[in-house]
Amino acid sequence: MLTFLALTSVALLGIVPEQSQAIVIYTGWERHALVGSDIRLSCSFFSWRWTSEDVTFSWTYRPDGSRDAISIFHYTGGAAYLDNKGPFRDRLEFVGNPGRRDGSILLKSLELSDNGTFTCDAKNPPDIVGRPSSVRLLVFEKVPIQAGVITGAIIGVVLGLLVLIVVIYYLMRFLVARRVFSLSVSKHGKKKKEGSQQRQGPVPPADPSKIKV
Amino acid sequence: MLLILLGVLILHVIILILLIVSTAATAWSVANSGGKDLWYQCSTNNGGYHCQPSSNEDWIQAVQALMILSVLFCFFSLIAFLYQLFRLVKGGRFFFTAIFQILASVFVMCGAIIYTVMCPKDDTYTHFGYAYVLAWVAFPLCLISGLIYIVLRKKE
Repeated sequence: MLTFLALTSVALLGIVPEQSQAIVIYTGWERHALVGSDIRLSCSFFSWRWTSEDVTFSWTYRPDGSRDAISIFHYTGGAAYLDNKGPFRDRLEFVGNPGRRDGSILLKSLELSDNGTFTCDAKNPPDIVGRPSSVRLLVFEKVPIQAGVITGAIIGVVLGLLVLIVVIYYLMRFLVARRVFSLSVSKHGKKKKEGSQQRQGPVPPADPSKIKV
Repeated sequence: MLLILLGVLILHVIILILLIVSTAATAWSVANSGGKDLWYQCSTNNGGYHCQPSSNEDWIQAVQALMILSVLFCFFSLIAFLYQLFRLVKGGRFFFTAIFQILASVFVMCGAIIYTVMCPKDDTYTHFGYAYVLAWVAFPLCLISGLIYIVLRKKE
């Protein structure tokens, strides 16, 4: 039994470091934007090694309905190279910080033809094994309302108002009862106030039909 | 007295069922090929019966919310009625029940009105279905039921 455990732990220790050497890249899943606006596509990575000076980032773009991806951005050797021939010339800007493992780019003046998938690939030598991550960009003429947002808002507001009214109602009842109770206990002192209150008489325990709102 | 109470209770339950069926059934606007409701648009094509989610426009979400609220309030008023039946003092009126029931009827009315005004009437074969009719039937029944609760008093 013990030898079995020892063998499995050794095997696991052998396997896990191999996998943990892989680089993990994070981008968003989907981004929505309006025509004419700017959008920042973020890309960062996790690696077990320190960030090396030879870290590289590259972005590729595949339009919706197309099978080919074109390269639009590459950062290597401390310099960023932007697209100067493709669909994004003069519309791209590098806003990332490679030292902080951030390889984000800024797309300006979006058009409807920019719908597509953007893939970020980062390499941190010697940690180069990893899967590139993709973010889908959806460009709209006007922002569509998601299903259920207004429904939920209306229902939430009305039910919230209902709860608020019920709470206030019971609070008022509780306060009224409490004030009467505390006044009848402290008899000495404040006789004038007591006189005017006592004329109303002790209020009977409240009851939903009698207390008229 | 017991007969009146039973009658009122049965009316209330019928209204609740009408509201639930109206909210859920896929028959607010019907055409030859299928039906549309607040949640899905279904049609029978060559491949069978397909449903796709309705458009996410503001007005249809408002109608969804109002119909759900009316079902909820009708249900709350039923609970309030049963509660007040046993806890009300003699001679008292069923105010909570009446308030919730009248609010439910107002919500159904608003929902039905919004749907009538805003639903797309471009297709000549489309006419209103039974769920829409049920919503309009439930509204006056709900209002009458609420008014009955205002008038009703708990006797000996």
